[in-house]
Amino acid sequence: MKYIDEFQDPGLARRLLDDIRASVTRPWALMEVCGGQTHTIIRHGIDQLLPEGVELIHGPGCPVCVTPLEVIDKALAIAARPEVVFCSFGDMLRVPGTGKDLFRVRSEGGDVRVVYSPLDALRIARENPDRQVVFFGIGFETTAPPNAMTVYQARRLGIRNFSLLVSHVRVPPAIEAIMQSPSCRVQGFLAAGHVCSVMGTAEYPELADRHRVPVVVTGFEPLDILEGVRRAVRQLERGEHTVENAYPRAVRTEGNPAALAMIEDVFEVTDRAWRGIGTIPDSGWRLSERYREYDAEHRFPVSGIATREPEACRSGEVLQGLLKPHQCEAFGTACTPRTPLGATMVSSEGACAAYYLYRRLGTAPARSPQPAPQPPLEASPVV
Amino acid sequence: MCLAVPGRVLEIGERDGTRMASVDFGGVVKEVCLEYLPDLRVGEYAVVHVGFALQRLDEESARRTLELFEELGMLQEEFGDPWERAAAEAGVQDGPSGAGPEAEGTAREARQR
Repeated sequence: MKYIDEFQDPGLARRLLDDIRASVTRPWALMEVCGGQTHTIIRHGIDQLLPEGVELIHGPGCPVCVTPLEVIDKALAIAARPEVVFCSFGDMLRVPGTGKDLFRVRSEGGDVRVVYSPLDALRIARENPDRQVVFFGIGFETTAPPNAMTVYQARRLGIRNFSLLVSHVRVPPAIEAIMQSPSCRVQGFLAAGHVCSVMGTAEYPELADRHRVPVVVTGFEPLDILEGVRRAVRQLERGEHTVENAYPRAVRTEGNPAALAMIEDVFEVTDRAWRGIGTIPDSGWRLSERYREYDAEHRFPVSGIATREPEACRSGEVLQGLLKPHQCEAFGTACTPRTPLGATMVSSEGACAAYYLYRRLGTAPARSPQPAPQPPLEASPVV
Repeated sequence: MCLAVPGRVLEIGERDGTRMASVDFGGVVKEVCLEYLPDLRVGEYAVVHVGFALQRLDEESARRTLELFEELGMLQEEFGDPWERAAAEAGVQDGPSGAGPEAEGTAREARQR
């Protein structure tokens, strides 16, 4: 119960923990799907506050982390072209491709720009009709509607010098792949709240039933996580496996119908490679035939790029919950936020970055401290 | 970028036939597309992701989440200067060839907080 005072409502946190403790009769392993949830868990030491035997396993829910090396290399090749303005979200700048990253491409003269919204990239295309503006369209179900709308608007407004390098991924097929792995230990899921804000909860009952796993839609505050764990454990102890929404303030059963309709119009489901994991059937979206002319891969010749994964990086196992970040030999030594081997260390939502930032270094020695955004480290439980 | 941030609608207008709003995220004001929540009104809160309002949120939840994100440094990650951050991570003094106009704009907005 140490450090519980830093919760926004310590009394409620204590009650939730007491309730979890009272209901647990044997060990359970739950996976939190979203990287944002992972950061809350590590920052507040929630995994250490839980009763012994209740384990939280970090899932693959970081879009930056799972974007495959091949796509990063395609982005680097397109961004280096003199006629291209390459637009991206800021957290892609330092994701390592084979040999370099977008930050380096810019230092070598590439016109790489960071935007807050994909609509900003469309505005840049309108303002620069003699340039080719390419937006790096990665992300889960939360990012797909904004990117879909941007392509829809490009078509509607007749903007032809805009294209999307698409690498969208979907959560439910990833959960399916994790459950089908012979080494899977996951018995319940804390589903990603904001993904469900868009998609609703309709994709999960069949999955929960088939694999007999509880799925609890969970938010991002410390108390949200505790409530998600409480509900999942309660189901497991009772032998239940249903879908519960523990984040009703932002998630409706039906999701966002307008966003779903736009996804349906602009994208189609496709197999997608996940970095460190491999190809998962039906786990992504690409532009549908109607919008194919806005596909950057059709506009620029980027196929056949030779990629080279760093051998020491075990991010694939981290993303599948098979390995904790500090159990990787390279963690904190060959791999740090300054010299990342894989995206799980470079992304602000990556599990390795969370462990590094909050000093969950395991047995590895603490290296040069990175700028931690005001976490009171002395108040954080550390291993 | 995966994390959506709650914001409060300040003003609603139209741009190129698209419903847009000025939205306040704890001091940083951004243009946000309302096409997916067309009935959102001035003063209401919504979960916003990469410039798009995705779901309505009540005021108390929005305030609490904003406080948490501020505490975790996530607002700085979302709205701070990405080039500065990348340069710090890369261990170099400045951005590779100076901050572009977008990055400068972002940094300026972040400082308003």
